[in-house]
Amino acid sequence: MSMTEEAPRVFERPVTAGEPSAAPGIPPLATERDIVFSSEEVNVYYGSFRAVRDVSFDVRRNEIMALIGPSGCGKSTVLRCYNRMNDLIKDARVTGTITYRGTNLYDERVDPVEVRRRIGMVFQKPNPFPKSIYDNVAYGPRVAGQKKGLDDIVENSLRKAALWEEVNDRLTDSALGLSGGQQQRLCIARAIAVGPDVLLMDEPCSALDPIATARIEDLMQEIKQDYTIMIVTHNMQQAARVSDTTAFFTADIGSENDTRTGILVEVDATQKIFSNPSDERTENYVTGRFG
Amino acid sequence: MTDTSVVHRELLTVDQLQIAPSRRHREVIIRYGLLLTALVSVLVSTLIVWSLVREAWTFITGVVWADTWGQQGWFPRRGLYDIPTIVVPSLIVTGIAMVVAGPLGLGAAVYLAEYANRKTRAWLKPALEILAGIPSVVLGFFALTWIAPNLVGRIGKTTFLVLGAVILLGYAVISAGMARSKIKQYREGTADPSARIGAVASIATLVVVFALGLAWILNVWLEFAPNNAGSLAAAGIGVGILTIPLVASISEDAMAAVPDSLREASAGLGARKMTTATTVVLPAAISGIVAAFIVAVSRAIGETMVVFMAGGAADAARFTDDPFEGGLTMTAAMASLASGTDSVVGEGLTFQSLYFVGLLLFLITLSLNIVASRFVSKVREAY
Repeated sequence: MSMTEEAPRVFERPVTAGEPSAAPGIPPLATERDIVFSSEEVNVYYGSFRAVRDVSFDVRRNEIMALIGPSGCGKSTVLRCYNRMNDLIKDARVTGTITYRGTNLYDERVDPVEVRRRIGMVFQKPNPFPKSIYDNVAYGPRVAGQKKGLDDIVENSLRKAALWEEVNDRLTDSALGLSGGQQQRLCIARAIAVGPDVLLMDEPCSALDPIATARIEDLMQEIKQDYTIMIVTHNMQQAARVSDTTAFFTADIGSENDTRTGILVEVDATQKIFSNPSDERTENYVTGRFG
Repeated sequence: MTDTSVVHRELLTVDQLQIAPSRRHREVIIRYGLLLTALVSVLVSTLIVWSLVREAWTFITGVVWADTWGQQGWFPRRGLYDIPTIVVPSLIVTGIAMVVAGPLGLGAAVYLAEYANRKTRAWLKPALEILAGIPSVVLGFFALTWIAPNLVGRIGKTTFLVLGAVILLGYAVISAGMARSKIKQYREGTADPSARIGAVASIATLVVVFALGLAWILNVWLEFAPNNAGSLAAAGIGVGILTIPLVASISEDAMAAVPDSLREASAGLGARKMTTATTVVLPAAISGIVAAFIVAVSRAIGETMVVFMAGGAADAARFTDDPFEGGLTMTAAMASLASGTDSVVGEGLTFQSLYFVGLLLFLITLSLNIVASRFVSKVREAY
């Protein structure tokens, strides 16, 4: 799937928070309602160490946003802010605001569990539960208290994840008997089953072979009409193939104590990032000169 | 620095790549030396079992079996070896100990593995393990002088009934869950008659145990008379305290070994901590947790000093199934026989009865291990 087939909206300049782009190519109705996430001055600390500094950008509805950058640039850390996953890491602290459909996710009244039911996550390594395929997919709805209609949810989710044909005759088998690629699609089905609005994917293909990777990428294109997707990837070709918008991060190496702090360099249409980026560091990275 | 730029071009002979003969001999010695240390413990265990069986056999073949069942009590010096008199108190003490240690130990383990932050864990876990280091004689003393008068002596008739009801209810809920899966097996097992028999037998066992428990609690309640001095209840609570760290520590290790990726997956699907703990972590760690309980039960049933001191009986005892009375457990019976200036003097088989009781204990813990490992292999969610 080449990027030209599905021309993304073209931005003239990087989109930053609080500054809705008025560039040509964007429909005039692309207002706040279309902005799913808006982050402002997000900093993440692990203890006293600042892992990510002053990240601000917007994510639009039904787009695939890729976060790319060299190792240790904090892109996974940033992604995990969007469903409060960093709450699970002891000593991790997030400052700044991330607005999700008009509400700050880091408001003290917000329950992270409610956030995660709306914003699903797929992890780097496929992590199915050591339960049956059926129980894996039904887990989220069950946790939310649903008891009826699970069969339909399981089937629909597996169909959406393009796994139904392969597993419908062995739903009661252990999920651990599936191949790596199937396991990852199961994890996507499991995330979909909760009925989320957004899917966060943290290097979902890094443990998979090229064929399994291609299937996941096709899948992302198919489901993006229903979901907004943010994907962290190490693979620049993957970002170029699947995403509409790309955010490039890099690590700022502290002069005195050699600490690496992630910073956002630029956000733009994927096509522009890979053909004509505004920042020299982005150009150096996407042309393979570093990272 | 060594010069690494030397170019090796000459052909090699096997001699140059061979292990030096002296080194080879050392490797062989190391290997067999280590094997020997492993064999020593196996050998010692075998010898213990052998001596146990040999002496116990003399008892089994020599004893008048009518004297081992339905007699008034355990009076080994008079040739009366009523087995229920020492087995039932052992079961009561173990049961009480597990009622104390099970929830407390498992709760502590879940807290440590799932909730505690690094700082709390850093002092709480070692503190729990210190509890395991308390000599049982100290705990026996504590059970006799504090638990018996201040805890057991003050349990009211109503408190006991409520406590009993709660425990029975807990058992009923768990066994109902197990029975439901058994009924499912029964329905699906139409082609396999052995599965049907197994399912029926399991459900029957659950029901019988429930009925026995109910009858026992009501019986104790009717003749309620708590004892300020040593009693099986005091000993049971003491043994329970002794086994808390075992349950907590081994269960916690098992839960900590469950990969965090599963916790993240569960949290990412909108599960709360307790849900993650009960639906993901516990099933994945079940083999370790069951192992913890088995170790704890073995420890409780084999514990001697606490029951000897706080159990409220020595040398001989009449039959009792009342936890508020003094009773003689298997271990206490053995200890009394083997201690004192006139140790094991008495009728002909007194000495051998000691080995017989030991063999009985051994068989109980062995069968417990077998049952548990079969259970684990069925319900385990291996990750």
